[in-house]
Amino acid sequence: MAILFKATKMLESKIDHFLDAVSEGNLVFKQGIQDYLENNHNRFAEHVANINRLEEAADKLRREIESALYEQSLIPEQRGDVMRLLEASDDVIDTAKEVLLQLDIQQPRFPREITGDLRRLSEQVMQAAEALVLAARAFFRNISAVKDHLHKVYFFEREADNLGMTLMRTIYGGSASLAEKNHWRYFITVIDSLADKAEAVADLLGIYTIKRTL
Amino acid sequence: MIFFSLSSGLFLGWSLGANDAANIFGTAVGSRMIRFRTAALLAGLFVTIGAVISGAGASDTLGALGAVNALGGAFTVALAAALSVTWMTRLKLPVSTSQAIVGSIIGWNFFTHNPTDWHVLKNIALSWVTSPILAALFSAVIFIAFRAYLKRIRLHLLHIDMHTRIGLIMVGIMGAYSLGANNIANVMGVFVSVVPLRDFHWAGWVITGREILFFIGGLAIALGIFTYSRKVMETVGGSLLKLTPTAAFVVVLSEALVLFLFSSVTLHNHLQAWGLPALPLVPISSSQLVIGGVLGIGLVKGGHGIRWRVLTEIAAGWIATPVLAGVISFILLFIMRNVFAMTVAGAT
Repeated sequence: MAILFKATKMLESKIDHFLDAVSEGNLVFKQGIQDYLENNHNRFAEHVANINRLEEAADKLRREIESALYEQSLIPEQRGDVMRLLEASDDVIDTAKEVLLQLDIQQPRFPREITGDLRRLSEQVMQAAEALVLAARAFFRNISAVKDHLHKVYFFEREADNLGMTLMRTIYGGSASLAEKNHWRYFITVIDSLADKAEAVADLLGIYTIKRTL
Repeated sequence: MIFFSLSSGLFLGWSLGANDAANIFGTAVGSRMIRFRTAALLAGLFVTIGAVISGAGASDTLGALGAVNALGGAFTVALAAALSVTWMTRLKLPVSTSQAIVGSIIGWNFFTHNPTDWHVLKNIALSWVTSPILAALFSAVIFIAFRAYLKRIRLHLLHIDMHTRIGLIMVGIMGAYSLGANNIANVMGVFVSVVPLRDFHWAGWVITGREILFFIGGLAIALGIFTYSRKVMETVGGSLLKLTPTAAFVVVLSEALVLFLFSSVTLHNHLQAWGLPALPLVPISSSQLVIGGVLGIGLVKGGHGIRWRVLTEIAAGWIATPVLAGVISFILLFIMRNVFAMTVAGAT
């Protein structure tokens, strides 16, 4: 019997590691933004390197999981759903990496009056993505708990949207040049898009949960 | 001559294997949880074992309904049942070999002026009605318990998948055994008293003539499973049996339990000894048990999406199938006796 479950256990562990990578990526993303805003250049560079490593690990794990699901013809009913869930979750860490990379490349200089709100925005976005990881873990292990996490994803995504709007109003109400305003707006939009990605995965999870509880 | 006479029963057995194995392994194979080869091997093996070991009970009941006492009569009765099943299947009407063979035997009774035991017929007809209801009840109870259990133990999705695979194989084996035990009566029941097969003695074991007959019938069912059931199993996903693997586990388990209740002589005797109501040992329809099982789960989920028309079609089949088989049997017996000079009834 143990032999039968050996492959299953290995795959379970890979799914856990994949979600760990996404979760760690969220934390690195938040720390990265804070260190950038506080001009801790060395630590920010470490975060960029870390998120690159985590994103590559997540990609590798996702491919291995997808191959194993097909090769061992596991969960035929939910295979498509699980693969879409993993791919959409991978988009979250991809976006986090993209934000830190663009900050590293473009080195925008944010005005002092918006750095507090930018820090709060990154925290809310991170909390939305974290709630999503918890919901995804629950989908695999404790289906009835998925909803408890999904509503948090929606809450933090809404909060991030509102804060993003406030930030844009502050920026465009200021006296900086239009080029600078558009440059800052770009970063607010990409940071906020991480919460939007988390919301999109949450929508999928909501449907998959209904399908599984039927 | 014996094998020619058995050919109609063997054809009925082949058709039963081709169609009814899907009621046991359909979802498992259709959803690719289990390979067809594994399913066919297990189904063929356990149908035959069930037929040989536990086939006597339901077969005796058919014998009590009408004692077909000539080889030509048994051939024609089985042929009439097989033709009715084929015809109704082509018309896409729900049909059961159990109901066809009963109608066919009654046709023989009418043709040969033999009395029909109305008490036995009443028991059989009641079983057709109660068996899907019982399957629905079992399925609903098992489904509620299974759902609560899964909620409590919080298994990983992949673990549930592996457990479901093992569960589908186990209930499939159980279902195949019970199908063989219950439905072998349809295939070989009418031949029991007219085929003179002698008991076979080997290494201190005695295999009775009836067991040899049931073994041959079991092989015909197994042949039907191997040669034709793949198509039925693989297309079953889009039809009535479109179930999730876990729901299929519940439905097949309920089906196997009900088939077993209506076949096991031992269980029947135990229930009677304990003063409990024992179910009559009657061949019933595995397809209708599946419908009952699906209905049971549907009702637990609130009754949405249940196709009530299917139920009225089944109820119509309880009357239409035996009547059609009875008429075909009567006509064929007339032709066999008057055109082919076949002896269709012995001296009573």
